[in-house]
Amino acid sequence: MTQTATRPETPDAASTKSRLVVVGNGMSGARALEEILARGGGEQFAVTVFGDEPYGNYNRILLSEVLAGAAGEAVDNEDSDDLYLNPLDWYDENGITLHAGVRIVRIDRHAKVVLGDDGSVTPYDVLVLATGSRSFFPPMEGMWASDTELTPGVFGFRSLDDAQAMLAHVEQHRTAVVIGGGLLGLEAAAGLQAHGVAVHVVHPTEVLMNQQLEAEASKVLRSKLEQMGMHLHLGVKTNEILTADGRVSGVRFTDGSDLACDMVVVTAGIRPNIGLAMVSGLETQRAIVVDDKMRSVDDDAIFVVGECAQHRGEVYGVVGPLWEQAAVLADVVTGADPDAEYHGSRLATKLKVAGVDVAQMGVKAPERASDEFVQFSETGRGVYQTVVIRDGTLIGATLVGDVSKVAALTQAFDSRSALPEERVKLLFDLGSAGDASAAADLPDDTQICNCNGVSKGDLVACVEHGAESVSACMAQTRAGKGCGSCKGLVKEVVEAALGGAGVEDPADSYYVPGIPLDKPTLMREIRTRELKSVSSVFAALAPEGKEHVGSKMGLTALLRMMWPDDVVDERDGRFINDRVHANIQRDGTFSVVPRMSGGVTDAAQLRRIADVAEKHDIPMIKLTGGQRIDLLGVPKEKLPEVWADLDMPSGWAYGKSFRTVKTCVGTDFCRFGLGDSTRLGIDLEERYKGIEGPAKMKLAVSGCPRNCAESMVKDVGLVAVEGGKWQIYVGGAAGATIRQGDVLATVDTHEEAMTITGRFLQYYRENANWLERTYDFVPRMGLDHIIAVVVDDTEGIAAELDARMQASVDRYVDPWAADQTEATPGQFHDALPLVPLPQVPVREGSSR
Amino acid sequence: MSTDAQPAVEARLGPVDQIPLGEGRAFLVGDEPVAVFRPRSGGLHALRAICPHRGGPLADGLVDGEVVMCPLHNHQFSLADGTCATGADDVTAYAATEEDGELVVRLH
Repeated sequence: MTQTATRPETPDAASTKSRLVVVGNGMSGARALEEILARGGGEQFAVTVFGDEPYGNYNRILLSEVLAGAAGEAVDNEDSDDLYLNPLDWYDENGITLHAGVRIVRIDRHAKVVLGDDGSVTPYDVLVLATGSRSFFPPMEGMWASDTELTPGVFGFRSLDDAQAMLAHVEQHRTAVVIGGGLLGLEAAAGLQAHGVAVHVVHPTEVLMNQQLEAEASKVLRSKLEQMGMHLHLGVKTNEILTADGRVSGVRFTDGSDLACDMVVVTAGIRPNIGLAMVSGLETQRAIVVDDKMRSVDDDAIFVVGECAQHRGEVYGVVGPLWEQAAVLADVVTGADPDAEYHGSRLATKLKVAGVDVAQMGVKAPERASDEFVQFSETGRGVYQTVVIRDGTLIGATLVGDVSKVAALTQAFDSRSALPEERVKLLFDLGSAGDASAAADLPDDTQICNCNGVSKGDLVACVEHGAESVSACMAQTRAGKGCGSCKGLVKEVVEAALGGAGVEDPADSYYVPGIPLDKPTLMREIRTRELKSVSSVFAALAPEGKEHVGSKMGLTALLRMMWPDDVVDERDGRFINDRVHANIQRDGTFSVVPRMSGGVTDAAQLRRIADVAEKHDIPMIKLTGGQRIDLLGVPKEKLPEVWADLDMPSGWAYGKSFRTVKTCVGTDFCRFGLGDSTRLGIDLEERYKGIEGPAKMKLAVSGCPRNCAESMVKDVGLVAVEGGKWQIYVGGAAGATIRQGDVLATVDTHEEAMTITGRFLQYYRENANWLERTYDFVPRMGLDHIIAVVVDDTEGIAAELDARMQASVDRYVDPWAADQTEATPGQFHDALPLVPLPQVPVREGSSR
Repeated sequence: MSTDAQPAVEARLGPVDQIPLGEGRAFLVGDEPVAVFRPRSGGLHALRAICPHRGGPLADGLVDGEVVMCPLHNHQFSLADGTCATGADDVTAYAATEEDGELVVRLH
């Protein structure tokens, strides 16, 4: 469809428009065009676009994903359509003539025409040069097969063709050398690695990504990449590309050593494409020199944008400045704002380098003695963060591995706003300021998506115009559709604007979601109204008196704690585990764990357990982390029979309740034992067995500070210390959350240990939220406060707590004994008729 | 598994009070395992007894006036029509009524 026009031909409707010609169809050319159309340029101009790649324009940032994506890697942008910024029919729809695959070889500035390599001559009134840049191939023996052809096996990494050529190549090749450890080189390296190619990155300095990072940050990145199995050759220069049979066979370094490889990717930097400007007589230095209106300094009809433009001595190679330039250019070209000026960009970049998040803005390191420098390094986790402050203003920040604070830092950087006195707050949330509130507090002009230049204001406007979801806002603004690294922030901003997850939800303070009251208020209402059943609580306190399925279990536990004597036992308020006193498994069978206080058993008990297991074909017998024996795979209807045959009490391994006390052998046998941990463990378990609460309670007692029962990571953990004393730890955990317990008290006697443990548990039962484990409860209430109440009795409630715990202890009934006959009709009926149970395979202990 | 093509199956399953108030119990209707629920707010509801997510026993779930919550992964299904509000597939709903004190379930 390339049409040639020697001169303006017969006047038609279009010819009344000025002629706008854009040379270059990459991101900057397309962006400039979009900005021009957005300002009504479609009415004003007949637009012709030349691009020497035969595609619609595409998002170059995603090239590395093209490379990695074909390897089945997770790609942030699922749609391959995302790669193309504008599909070919976009040009048709906007009345734009596209000459893809035509290279403009000269501008005749006097005749105001551009000359194509196909012989075409196209007149312009306004010309936009967006020729971009190309890979720089350092002069090197073996690089080129001819004047225009790279040696087979050598690749640049700049265009879609490059990426696809590499993809075609990786299948047969094993080892790649990437020359240049900048951003693009590392992306190429990661992409190749995803294809199973061994990758060596050769970089001339010790600092990877030295454009963006200083040495320390680079080191953190380096160790992450090495963990990923990338081979890094730093401070090394490549002298020659070795060939065999006309193909790449290796590289030779300047020290004379060789590295065999069958593929070389050259990412040694980019060079602006300025040949056209040079032959056409425009001022060029490193790139085409432009004024503040993005015009060539030589020709008012020629505008320049993107990586081929040099403005005030700067040539930008990232997208942020390009967007700003395109907007100014469009303002001037269309006359929307003839006085618009570009004054340069402060660079803030946020990237994902081979899977590692990196954000960088401003200076990399302090430059003057008076600059403040805050540095945080956690190499184990691969996190490195710095900020540079000058005269109270943020002038630089680098984040590697953890970029969660980038929004606040970008804001401070862009607005030069006041900084917290404690500079470290720039990097960490000290106190309660969450990221969500940070998103809500950002000024409207904060750029959220750096790839597509979308500000917070754009996203908020989207919500105000009726967008109801994050994805709708992303679709409308294209925020998050570039490299994808800002998606989390986009979500936060949109949710804050929607008033959704970002704002404080009063429901967070409810004890259970179905009753809009916090726990103290709820307990007060229950007590004053004497509500003793779950249904009566719903009737009295729930909106419209409606039951709520997710609230029944929490209310049941609360009422059982508050009314140990006369709670009305509504079985439908209990979770299935509490209805049948066993823990439901994935196939609908149950696990049976008999009580074995302190983890101590005897031969007769073991023999009986073995008999029961044989008699009932128990599919798996497993020792638990709490030192008990678990019989797994028991169908519901067989539970009473198994309990009767065991003739042991319930071990409560199913409830939000006091579970187990794990012990070591203590003074009985251990030569290090300082206290009788086994005795104390058994006594604690016998006393507090089955006590229900807001969540499960796991305890341990260790006979000496060697802590073999792991007391420091239990809800309550006791450790015998020298002098016959017991140290009591609370709030520990070693499950999904790991937390070392805090010392609640050090007591002198076994009895005191029993009492303080019970009092703490009672205080926890009465004050913790539903499902709030002690590891959250203790820090929430504050250790000092808990010590004051439980140990020092500053509130004078210790005796009441002890009495209420005693009441619960006194009312204890073994549920296995109590429910030998059905408590409700069909209590143990099969709930999965026809499904053969157990579904899990029988595992032979001895054969594995 | 019943489909629309099959003739309607109706089963009289005995007294309603074999289901404790506010709970569910499982029955076999023809070849179809059916969980019948008796919410405290009134009425009877029948759903296929097997959770479409991972095969959990819905009859063992907690119920309120509107939904049953599977005991395995807390997916919630409407008692009225079996639709899932928590992202799992819907479960088939059946008609359950009380006739002369007796529980009657109809598969389409």
